[in-house]
Amino acid sequence: MALLNVKNLRVRFDTPEGDVHAVNGIDFHVNQGETLAIVGESGSGKSQLVMAIMGLLAENGEAEGVAEFRDVDLMQLSSHDLNKVRGREIAMIFQDPMTSLNPFLTIEQQMTEVVMHHQKLGKREAHQHAVEMLRAVRIPDPEERIRQYPHEYSGGMRQRVMIAMGLLCEPDLLIADEPTTALDVTVQAQITHLIGELRDKTQMAIILITHDLAVVAGICDRIVVMYAGKMVECGTVDEIFYEPQHPYTRGLLASVPRLDRDAEMDLHAIPGNPPNLLSLPTGCSFRDRCVEAQEACRQVPPLWRDEKGHMSRCVNKIPGGQIVDDQGEPA
Amino acid sequence: MSTDVSAPVLRVQDLAVHFTSESGSFLHRKERVLKAVDGISFDLNPGETLGIVGESGSGKSTLARAILGLVKPHRGRVLWMGDDLTKLEPDQMRQKRKEMQIVFQDPIASLNPRMTAGAIIAEPLWTFYPQMDRVQVEERTRGMLKMVGLLPNQINRYPHEFSGGQCQRIGIARSLVLNPKLLICDEPVSALDVSIQAQIINLLKDLQQKLGLALIFVAHDLSIVRHISDRVMVMYMGRSMEVAEKTALYRRPLHPYTRALMKSVPVPDPRRERGLQQDSWLKGDMPSPYNPPKGCVFHNRCPYLVKRCQADVPALRRLENGDWVACHRAEELDLSI
Repeated sequence: MALLNVKNLRVRFDTPEGDVHAVNGIDFHVNQGETLAIVGESGSGKSQLVMAIMGLLAENGEAEGVAEFRDVDLMQLSSHDLNKVRGREIAMIFQDPMTSLNPFLTIEQQMTEVVMHHQKLGKREAHQHAVEMLRAVRIPDPEERIRQYPHEYSGGMRQRVMIAMGLLCEPDLLIADEPTTALDVTVQAQITHLIGELRDKTQMAIILITHDLAVVAGICDRIVVMYAGKMVECGTVDEIFYEPQHPYTRGLLASVPRLDRDAEMDLHAIPGNPPNLLSLPTGCSFRDRCVEAQEACRQVPPLWRDEKGHMSRCVNKIPGGQIVDDQGEPA
Repeated sequence: MSTDVSAPVLRVQDLAVHFTSESGSFLHRKERVLKAVDGISFDLNPGETLGIVGESGSGKSTLARAILGLVKPHRGRVLWMGDDLTKLEPDQMRQKRKEMQIVFQDPIASLNPRMTAGAIIAEPLWTFYPQMDRVQVEERTRGMLKMVGLLPNQINRYPHEFSGGQCQRIGIARSLVLNPKLLICDEPVSALDVSIQAQIINLLKDLQQKLGLALIFVAHDLSIVRHISDRVMVMYMGRSMEVAEKTALYRRPLHPYTRALMKSVPVPDPRRERGLQQDSWLKGDMPSPYNPPKGCVFHNRCPYLVKRCQADVPALRRLENGDWVACHRAEELDLSI
């Protein structure tokens, strides 16, 4: 049973240079207790996609489509009704832990505000709850440290606080937008592991957004790869890493510098730059950078799906695949 | 100045940068000293690439800036082809800067948004060679654009018209336009997408070989540095923990901190990542730099701690194979990966 079901979601920004098409019709779902990774480069639309679902688009942004959370279409909710869902049922963690906390308020003030508002807890209970959460994300001496200000915390600790805040209301879905990109590798390993551990404990669903496939290898169940606002490949974590079908996914995997392999060769790079969202090329958006591009790529590529649900949007057929529509139904 | 081709172009000797800050109330003023760089020494040969790796706060960027004279060192010497840069007058130093350039981390923020790509690249030429004529400058600028993989007809575009990776190419073109002998790259790819990082690394590697540059490449991640470095220095809390030849370092790190850094790099292999033991990662955070641990600065996070580590500061010492390490137990530990 899908917890969140997104259908034909589109996001467009009205800018002085013209319409920027950030998300161009995307379909995916997340099940209870499942971790879904959404992977793509800057400009692939991965962040705007979740911003649209959460009703957090910039003023010049416009979203259409369906985002069913349980039986409610989030896209149709008023901001008043959406506020009841945000923070309580769906929580979000942002990339930059340095700027996501209010520097003028203590950690305690910021954390208790959330539960006092959503769960109507009293001050003392809220404090207790916040301390427990800080302990759960392994902040040392939480009773002491909760009285401190964000600048007294290191980057890794601030991201732990952000995670603790996200988990305060025991959400059913946690959306983490590049939660470790701003952190050191050593801290990144700690934080990704912590997210996985909390998921196992709470059975919440997680959407992890990242540009680096290696980061999500250990903790996600399924992966959606995005390029220029569209899903280009989708499958289980093992399918994506061990049998990638789309040339873009293969390029992304090959460009991760690996310490477990010999490094005498040049690093593999995907040539070129992400496409201009003001004027996307016709046909396959990736064709200018694709090493396997051919004449047929000037046409809109079909979406293939095999019997296990592995999907790829490319002229190349995938083994055992048949052509389907964006919802995954045979076309 | 030495004429020996194999003599180091750059020798850094016991370089230290300390920052002081004041805290406390008006009447009880306390002065605190932060030792951002605390006694770093290394040699850099012509055409060689040294990778400098460490977490945020390890002092790697401050070290890079101190070499270029952008921050004032507290003690130590920076010998550039025999001249001590720390002793030079400002205008003598300015002349030396032609020979040593830097590429910064944030490619977009380090370019002036109101200047065209061409003007940005040509600016150092106008500064150092004001008598150069316009045609020559433009020719050189177009050549630089081509060299870094941009199109000469992009010369009149503004930074916002380029992607992050292209902006970093402009930053590289600008730093190379004066034909420097030393290029310092301070985390040049950490703000870029993984797919674009590889482009920039490969470009730098190419240019280095083509131009015979000596290169210092600063990064927080050992996996990136590996592809470009000949030798790697690992820094922690302002000190050098290990300086080793690349192949040896990645096969068998000598310092427990180096191993911890390597172990925390994620590998795009789900089966392996899922099976990872949590204890192979580094625990805790870096201690406060105002109050570094006694003895070895790494001892409170080190899995191989013995009593001695809490009391004696391990000196950076040279092993038989020529690599350097600052760990009491380097000989007895086998940290092979």
